[in-house]
Amino acid sequence: MVSGLINANPTVYERKERRVRSAPADADEYAVEHIDAQEIFDILCCGSRIPYVFIICFLSMTWVLKTTVHAFLSVISITISNHVRDIKDPEHPYSLEELKVVTEDAIDVDDEQSHVRVTFTPTVEHCSMATVIGLCIRVKLMRSLPSRYKVDIRLAPGSHATEAAVNKQLNDKERIAAALENPNLLDMVDDCLAPTFA
Amino acid sequence: MAKPSTWIPHVETFVDASRPSNQQAASLEAIAALVKKDLLTMEAVVREMEMYLTTTDHALRARGILLLAELLTRLVSKPLDSATIHSLTGFFTSRLADWQALHGALVGCLALLRRSTNVGMVTVTDARMLMKSYLENLQVQSLALHDRKMCFELLECLLEHYADAVAPLGDDLVYGICEAIDEEKDPQCLLLTFHIVGVLVRVFHDPLGSISSFAGDLFDILSRYFPIYFTHPKNDDIDVKKDDLSRALMHAFASTPLFEPFVIPLLLDKLSSSLLSAKLDSLKYLSYCTLHYGADRIAKHAKAIWSSLKEAICTFSPQDTSFLLAFESPEDMRSQENEVAAEALVCLERILVQLDSSSGYSFINFIVEDEDIEMIFRSVTGVLGYKDLTAEGKQKLHALGNILFVSARVSSSSCNKVFQRFFTRLIEILGISSRNFSVDSILNDSYVFPEGLNFGALYLCINLLVACRDLTVGFKETKPYYPQVEDFWCCLLQNFSGPLADFLGSTLIACGSHDTEKDYFYSGVKGLQTLATFPGSSMPISKAICEKVLTMFVSIITGRCEEELLWKLALKALIQIGTFIESSYDTEKRTSYMNIIVGETFSLLSLDDSGMPLPLKLEALNGIGSTGLDYMMRLIQGLEEAISANFVKASVEGNVKSVEILIYLLKFYSGQVLPWLKKTVGFEEVALRFAVNIWDQLESSKALNIGIQGQGLLDAIMTAMRLAVGDCTEESQALIVQKAYCVLSSMTFFPLKESVPLAPIKLENLKLIQNIVSLSSRDEWLISLFSSVLTALHPPTPIPEVREILKLLTIFVLKGYVPAAQALGSIINKCPLKINTIETSSVCTLEEALDIIQKTGLYSVLSKDPLSNGTDGSSQNLSNLFCVTSSKSLFQIHAIVGLAWIGKGLVMRGHEKVTEIAMLILKCLLSSSSKEIMPLQQNALENGNGPDIDPSVVRSAADAFHILLSDSEVCLNKKFHAAIRPLYKQHFFSSMIPILLSSIKDTESSVARASLYQAFGHLISDAPLAAIVTEAKKLLPPLMNAISILSLDNLNKDLTYSLLLVLSGILMDENGKEAVTENAHSIITNLLTLTSYPLMMVVRETAIQCLVAMTGLPYTRIYPMRTQVLQAMTKALDDRKRSVRQEAIRCRQAWASIASRSLHF
Repeated sequence: MVSGLINANPTVYERKERRVRSAPADADEYAVEHIDAQEIFDILCCGSRIPYVFIICFLSMTWVLKTTVHAFLSVISITISNHVRDIKDPEHPYSLEELKVVTEDAIDVDDEQSHVRVTFTPTVEHCSMATVIGLCIRVKLMRSLPSRYKVDIRLAPGSHATEAAVNKQLNDKERIAAALENPNLLDMVDDCLAPTFA
Repeated sequence: MAKPSTWIPHVETFVDASRPSNQQAASLEAIAALVKKDLLTMEAVVREMEMYLTTTDHALRARGILLLAELLTRLVSKPLDSATIHSLTGFFTSRLADWQALHGALVGCLALLRRSTNVGMVTVTDARMLMKSYLENLQVQSLALHDRKMCFELLECLLEHYADAVAPLGDDLVYGICEAIDEEKDPQCLLLTFHIVGVLVRVFHDPLGSISSFAGDLFDILSRYFPIYFTHPKNDDIDVKKDDLSRALMHAFASTPLFEPFVIPLLLDKLSSSLLSAKLDSLKYLSYCTLHYGADRIAKHAKAIWSSLKEAICTFSPQDTSFLLAFESPEDMRSQENEVAAEALVCLERILVQLDSSSGYSFINFIVEDEDIEMIFRSVTGVLGYKDLTAEGKQKLHALGNILFVSARVSSSSCNKVFQRFFTRLIEILGISSRNFSVDSILNDSYVFPEGLNFGALYLCINLLVACRDLTVGFKETKPYYPQVEDFWCCLLQNFSGPLADFLGSTLIACGSHDTEKDYFYSGVKGLQTLATFPGSSMPISKAICEKVLTMFVSIITGRCEEELLWKLALKALIQIGTFIESSYDTEKRTSYMNIIVGETFSLLSLDDSGMPLPLKLEALNGIGSTGLDYMMRLIQGLEEAISANFVKASVEGNVKSVEILIYLLKFYSGQVLPWLKKTVGFEEVALRFAVNIWDQLESSKALNIGIQGQGLLDAIMTAMRLAVGDCTEESQALIVQKAYCVLSSMTFFPLKESVPLAPIKLENLKLIQNIVSLSSRDEWLISLFSSVLTALHPPTPIPEVREILKLLTIFVLKGYVPAAQALGSIINKCPLKINTIETSSVCTLEEALDIIQKTGLYSVLSKDPLSNGTDGSSQNLSNLFCVTSSKSLFQIHAIVGLAWIGKGLVMRGHEKVTEIAMLILKCLLSSSSKEIMPLQQNALENGNGPDIDPSVVRSAADAFHILLSDSEVCLNKKFHAAIRPLYKQHFFSSMIPILLSSIKDTESSVARASLYQAFGHLISDAPLAAIVTEAKKLLPPLMNAISILSLDNLNKDLTYSLLLVLSGILMDENGKEAVTENAHSIITNLLTLTSYPLMMVVRETAIQCLVAMTGLPYTRIYPMRTQVLQAMTKALDDRKRSVRQEAIRCRQAWASIASRSLHF
C-alpha cells in the first residue's frame, strides 16, 4: 500500500479567542442555562490541544477508496494505527478548530426542540476521512448530550466531492449502529475521542 | 588499624561490575568511613589495591581507579600528608594517558585539585605536570558528554586555583584550550567553556602576551554561539536556561578589551538582523561590553553605534499605545517589541555616560547634530493637536522624547547641549515667552483652550523637565547633581519655570472634560508634578513655583471631583509629591505642603455640603495622609472631630444622614487608618484616644435616639473598638477597660451593686427581669461595646470587678446578646488557672469564673428540671424566673449560644471542663427523643415543668458544635490574643466523636438521630481533614448516613455541601483509599442521590466529581454499580446548569470506559 500525503501541509488557522462566559455573581440557583452553540463547540473542540490529532493524521493520508466506508475501515484500521504512531508528532497537534473543520458558526442548536445540526468542512474536497470525522463528531455528541437530542451531521455544501453520499451515510441510523458494532472501528473512534474527555 | 581482611571484600564488591550499584555504593562508603576514622591510611589502600590499579584487564582497572578516585572525592575535607598527595597526583596524572580508564582518572584529578590549603593541596609543580599531561593526552571533543564535562571542570579548576602553575605553559595552554572547547554543543559544558574563556583571559592579563595573538581565534570559537538560540524542552533534567547561557557568553565577551575589534562589529551586524531576540541580545551585550572595554575602545565605533541605536529606538518605540503608558514611567515600557527600544535606550545611556565630556569624548554631539533627529523634531512639532498626529508620527515623537530624555539626564554638560539646541525652540513653539499667563486671569476670563496647542512640543518639553529633575535628584546609581548658576539649562529653567507652570495649569483648566484631550491631562499633570519635585527651594525651581503648583492641584481636588480622570491624576500627583517631600527631608517644602495641601483638604471633612461625595473625600485624605506621619496625625485629628460631631448629631437629633456618614468614617478608620498606623508608629496613643473618646461620647449622651440604622452603626463602632483595643498594650487596655466600666456603671439598669443572684429574694429578681426585658437602646449599646472591649484584651489585663461583670454578662447572654456571649468566652479563655497576687477584685481563676456563670443560672436553664436545682441556698435562681416570665425555649436557645462560646473558650485553651458543656448540649439533642417516644408522659411532664424541648432549641444545640469548632473573625483568634492550644480541634474532635457515635447508635427516634447527625456533621466539617482521614474507616459509614439524612432537610444544604467536601477530601487522600474501597457501595449510592440534589448546584457538581474520583478504585468493587451510575449520568447530562452537564460528560465517559463496549446508546 503506497501512502503519500494529500494535504501534507494543511493551512493552520489561529485558534479563535475563546469567549469566556461571564459567571454572574448572584447566580440564581434555579435559573436554567440552555444548551447553546458555544457549549456544543466546547464539547467538540475543548480539552487539551491534542484532540483529534488522530483524525488529522488520518486526514492527511491518501488511500484509494473503492469499497464502502464500513468495509474499508475495518480493513485499514489495523494498518493505520501503526502509521499513527509514526506520525504522532507533538510539534503539530492540530485540532479540528485550528484547521477550521468545525467552527462555532456552523453549529445550530435548538434546545426546546432538542435538535442540533453540525456542519463541518473537510480540508480538501476529496478527503477520504470525511466519514470518519463525521462519525467521531456524532459519537462524541451522542455521549455528551442528553438522550432527547436528535443529532444531524452534515458536510458543508460544496466542500466535498461525494457530499451527498457522505451525508446520507452519516445520518443513517442503521449504518452508524453497524459501524459501532465493529470492534476495530469502535476502538479507533474511542482512541480519537479519548483526549477530548480529559 | 583495620585488618585488610575486613575491608578487602568491600574493594572486591566495588570492582566487580556485576554487583548491583547500591551494594557498590555501600562498600565505597564503608571504606571511606574507615579512612575518615584513621583506621586505614590511603597508602595502605593503594598498596592493597595494587593489583586492581595495574592489571591489564581494562574493565577491572577502570573500576579500581574509579574506586580510588571516588574515595578521594569523599575525603576532600580530610587532611592528608603532602607525600601521599604528591604520589596520588603523580598516579592520576599518568593515568590521564590511559584512555580505557579515563573516567576514574578525571574524577581523581578533580578531587585532588579541589582540596583546600588546610587539608593539603596539590603543589605547583604537580599541577603543572597535570596540566601538561592533560594537554598531551586528552582529546576532549572525542570524549562522551559526562567525561567532557569533567574535563572542562578540571580545566576551570586549574585556571582558577593554580593560575601560577599553568601560566608558564603560555601558548601551548591557550592553543590546547582552544582545541578543547571548539565545537562544543552541550549546554552545561558550554556554560563551563564560556567561564573558562573568561578565566583564561584573566590568567594572561598581559595585553602583549600570548592571549593577544590568540584573541582572534578564541573569539572565532565564541562568536559562533551568538546570539544564543536555545529551545530545549523544559521537562528535561538539564536545568540550564537560555538566559544562563546568554549571560555566561556575555561575560566571556566582555572578559577582555582585546575582543573589542571583533565584538563590536559582530554586535552591530546582529543588531540589524530581523530576529527580535538577536536584537535584544546584541543590545544587552553592547551595553555590558561598553562598561568593560573602556571609553577609548568604544569611541572608535561611536558613530556606527549611534546610527544603529537610533534606528532601533525609532523603529521599535511603541506605536499605538496612548501616551498614558509613556508617562507612567518612561524607562520601562515592557511589551515584547518595545523591549528592544527600551534596551536600546539603556545602551544609549551607558554609552553616553562612558563617552562623556569628562573622558574627552562627546557622544552627545552625534545626537544634537544628527540630521534625522532634527528632521523628526521638525515634523513632530510641525503638527498641532494630538489627534492630528499619525501613528507613525506618535512613534517618532515617542522615540525622540526618550532619546532627549536619556541624553539630557546623564550629565549636566550633555543637558546643556540638549537645552541649547532644543529647549528654547520648544518654548517658542509653545508660545510661552510671548504670552503672559496667569491662572487667575484664565479662571476669570473665558479663556479659550488654544486649538493649536502643540502637543509634540508639550510632550518633549515635559520629557526634558523630567530629565532635569532626574539629573538633580539622581537616578538609579548616579549621584544627585547640584545645579550651578553657570549651567545653561539651569538658567533657562529658572527663567521659564514660572510661565511654564502657568501654562501647564492653564492647559489643565482649559481642557475641559473632553475625552479626546486626556493626553493633555497626562502631560499637564506630569509637568506640574515634575516642577514640584525638584529638590531644594531656590535652584532651579523656586519655592513660590512649587507652592503655586500645589495650589493648582488642591483646587482640582476640591473643585473638580466630577472629572474622574483629572481628579485621580491630580491626587496621584499629590501623593507622589508628598512622598518625595517626606523622603527628601526638606523642611521648607514640608511646611508649605502641610499648609497648602493638608490644611486645605482636611477642611473638606468638616464641610458637609461640599459637592464632593464622602468616599472620594476619604480616598483623597487617605492618599495624602499616608505619605507621612505628620499628615496622618492631622488627618486623624480631623477624623476624630468629624466622628464626634456626627455622633452627636446622630445620637441626639437622630439624623439619618449623620449615621450614614458615621458608618463610613468608622469603616475608614478601622480599615485604613489603624492598619497604616500599625505599620508605622504612634498606634498606641491614637487607639487609646479613639477608644476613650467613644466612651466619653456615650457617657455624655444620656439617651440614644438612633433609628433603624442603629445596628449597622453599632457593628461599625464595635469593629473599630475591637481593632483599636486589640493592638494596644496592657496598660492602655487597662485604662480603656476602667473607663468603659465607669460608663457602664451609669447604666439605667445596673444590677451589679445589688449582687442579685446571691441574695435570692424573689420579688427583687422579678423586678430585675422586667428591667432586663425592657432595656433602653443606650444600655444595649453600652453592653455590646463593653463586650467588644473585653473580647480584645490581652490575657493579663485586669478587669475591674470581674465577678460582677461575669454575672452581668451571663444575664445578658440569657437575654440573647451574642457579643456578651463572645466576651464571656474570651474571659474564660484568658483567665488564669491560679492567682498569685493578693489583690483579687480584678482577677479571678478559671474555676471561680465558671462557678459564677453556673450559679447565675446559665446551665440550669437547660437542665431538665430546674426546680431540683433549687434545693440549696440559691434555690430561686434567675433561670426559673425567666421560665415564668417569658418563653422558655427562647432562653434556652440563648443559653445554648452562650454555652457554646464559653465552650469555645475552653476548647481553645484545652481545658477539660469543655466536656461538661458538650455533654450538656448533647443532652439537649437527646432530649428531643423523649418527646416522641412518650407523648403521654411528655404531656404530664409539661405540666410539671418537665423537659419541654422545642425543635428550634435542638437545632441551635446542634449548631453549637459549629460555634465550638469553627474559627471566628470577631473574637477568640490570634489577633485578639486568645490562648490557643496546638491541635485543640483534633483533640476535641477525637474525644467527642465516640460519644456522638454511640449516642447515635442508641437513639431510636428518627428526629433525635437527625439532630445528632447534624451535630456530627458540624463536628466533622470543621475538624481538620488530616484527623478525619486517619479515622476514615470508622467515620465513613456515619458520614454517609449523615449526608443521606441531612440532604432531606432544606435548612441543611450548606452543611450537606461541606460534608460532601469532607467526603471528597477523603476520596482524594491516599490514606483514605482503603476505607473508601470498603464502603464503595454505600458511597456511590449516596452520591447518586446527590447528583439530583435540587437545592444547590455545587452539591450536584461536587457529587459528580466525586463519582469520577471513585473510578480509581479496584474494578471489582465498582463494576456492579456501573449501570446505575451511567443511568444517573444520562439524567445529569440534561441538568439545568452547564457546569453540572460538563462534569456529567466527563463522569459518564470515565464510568463507561472502565469496561469496554456497551455504552447504551
